[in-house]
Amino acid sequence: MTETEQRAGTRPIRVLIGKPGLDGHDRGAKIVARALRDAGMEVIYTGLHQTPEEIVEAALQEDVDVVGLSILSGAHLTLVPAVIDLLQAQNMGDVVVVVGGIIPEEDAEELKKLGVKAVFGPGTETDEIVRFTRASVGRA
Amino acid sequence: MSLGQEILRGDRRALARALTLVESDPHAADDIIAEVYPHTGHGIVVGVTGAPGVGKSTLVDRLAGQFLARGRKVGILAVDPSSPFTGGALLGDRVRMEGRGSDVFMRSLATRGHLGGLARATPRAIQLLQAFGKDLILLETVGAGQSEVDIMGFADTTIVVVVPGLGDDVQAFKAGILEIGDIFVVNKSDRPGADQTMRELRQMLHLGPQRTWLPPVLSAQAQQEIGVAEIADAILRHSEVRLTDPEQRQRRMQEAERLVRDALADQLVRGVVSRSQADGRWNEVLAEVAERRLDPAGAARALHLEQD
Repeated sequence: MTETEQRAGTRPIRVLIGKPGLDGHDRGAKIVARALRDAGMEVIYTGLHQTPEEIVEAALQEDVDVVGLSILSGAHLTLVPAVIDLLQAQNMGDVVVVVGGIIPEEDAEELKKLGVKAVFGPGTETDEIVRFTRASVGRA
Repeated sequence: MSLGQEILRGDRRALARALTLVESDPHAADDIIAEVYPHTGHGIVVGVTGAPGVGKSTLVDRLAGQFLARGRKVGILAVDPSSPFTGGALLGDRVRMEGRGSDVFMRSLATRGHLGGLARATPRAIQLLQAFGKDLILLETVGAGQSEVDIMGFADTTIVVVVPGLGDDVQAFKAGILEIGDIFVVNKSDRPGADQTMRELRQMLHLGPQRTWLPPVLSAQAQQEIGVAEIADAILRHSEVRLTDPEQRQRRMQEAERLVRDALADQLVRGVVSRSQADGRWNEVLAEVAERRLDPAGAARALHLEQD
């Protein structure tokens, strides 16, 4: 089998990058989306001002491996649990959830208890996010 | 219960997973397709194509809303290019979509190296959506503009979207793109030059070969929902004309031929390749071709003749 065929036969990691809530700053989300794309992943970007319901419906339809939530509004303790609950209600508990944005340390711990696999704060290297995403899905 | 049965029962998660299968490995999904195939082929598949930035995604979203309001069951397939270097893709068509919840099933497809403006999985993805019960499928191609004529083979009605003032107008209407359109939309029609673009398009269409269906040229401002109802009307009109067209049966036969030929080519290639790999001939022959000791067609002939 040639390398091309092997690539065609394996499924790229699919990631949904969502911006729940009201803040309108999506630079970070876009930088992460690009980095993951450049690492060979298929990245679905939802755009701004999504409700948790919209994000989970999109994740379901796109059959993603990972949901990344970018939140700079401070409402992460409301939005993230809502997304996780909805994923579980759809029987999608196996989807990896990560959060990026401005999240205080103690809140990050709280989110991880709820099932968030990683919280990436300002200054995180995109390489680290790529590495983590690959490892969490268990595919290159 | 099989994935196919779950799709026929309307399970969204099953549909999503089956779409992943047809995207990743066409053959892993052979069983599913075989199971649902009798329940496909109904409804209307609308292709939307045009250069980047002309407003395809927005138009697709507004048409989805328009057809939902008319009681249709709407599915969307949006194709974006994969990077030829990394295989990655940024699938951003959802950004233009208004939240329509679970009423519309939308799937973003990456081209994964396939040329022609569509993903290789497109025909199967359409079949899965139809089996799920969707009777109006909007299929958006990558924004290319001159060569993505693949869409014609998959769509019942092809919409070509243009905008005023895209360089030399005639440039936008080269052969191919002009011939595949069943409906032309001049979007962003509040921009200067819209009337002229429409006039030129109509002139060129009148110059073309006489067909039973003369493609209408419609103006729209999709973002503001202006002209969208008229486009939906034209789609339904075209669909009616198509269904009463005596050539309809012939077209179905052509479509069937294309699908069977593709499947046949696929199966034969896979058979020959896997057997040649098993006995080690594959790499030998590749090396001979790479070193210019054997030509590619000769190599192919040698490989499949050896196995007969």
